[in-house]
Amino acid sequence: MIYSLLVLSSPAEGSGVLSAARFAEAVLARGHRIHRVFFLDNGAASGAATAVYPQDEDSPIAAWAALAERHALDLVLCVTSALRRGMLDAGEAARHERDAVTVHPAFSISGLGQLIDACAASDRVITFGG
Amino acid sequence: MGETASKRLLFVMRHAPYGAGPARAGLDAALAAAAFDQPVDLLFMGDGVLQLLPQQDGAALGVKTRGKQLAALPLYDIEHVYVDAQAAARYALDVTQAPLPAQALDADGMAQLLQDCDLLLGF
Repeated sequence: MIYSLLVLSSPAEGSGVLSAARFAEAVLARGHRIHRVFFLDNGAASGAATAVYPQDEDSPIAAWAALAERHALDLVLCVTSALRRGMLDAGEAARHERDAVTVHPAFSISGLGQLIDACAASDRVITFGG
Repeated sequence: MGETASKRLLFVMRHAPYGAGPARAGLDAALAAAAFDQPVDLLFMGDGVLQLLPQQDGAALGVKTRGKQLAALPLYDIEHVYVDAQAAARYALDVTQAPLPAQALDADGMAQLLQDCDLLLGF
């Protein structure tokens, strides 16, 4: 079965972003595919390369980066949500004349069309933090 | 767009319109779906029915008025709009005064709607 995930939770509070990563891991372990993980609203902060989590807590960015590396996951941050939160990849930093690139390379930035495409291409879409 | 046929998408709005919460994200996502010609259904549940209050003005907060944005949805072919009747009663919301035409559903009606749609996105 083909899954996509919609992540609305903030990585800074609660456990929604980590739950989503664990869910993705379980889905893949059962032999299903993940078409895309779309991070919207507060979820877009999940892509912050510069976030530092306490050593005795699980790090959402580490969890997603590891999953992306093992399974070549398509992790997409909503561009509007990302820009509001200072989340810039090289392209957006250049376009908006900002000095810093703040998005982890495991993530890309794109529009809401990617969420709608994920709905069209997936058998299940699971929302985290709605 | 994906290679598969259009799916009937249900956007479930469960958060109040102002302050924290993904109410704006849900509306943006529903509009994006409509822009890509996907069939959209909207269900306002629980606190989400507050988005339909007839007299709203976001100006005092410096944000857009949700009711006005919702009133424009029929222009984007979003016409299947439903309201959790029990929540509307709890907040004394008169559904006939909502910013856009909406149909009240009881628990059985909502269960049937969830059955009938292909995918559910919760906001």
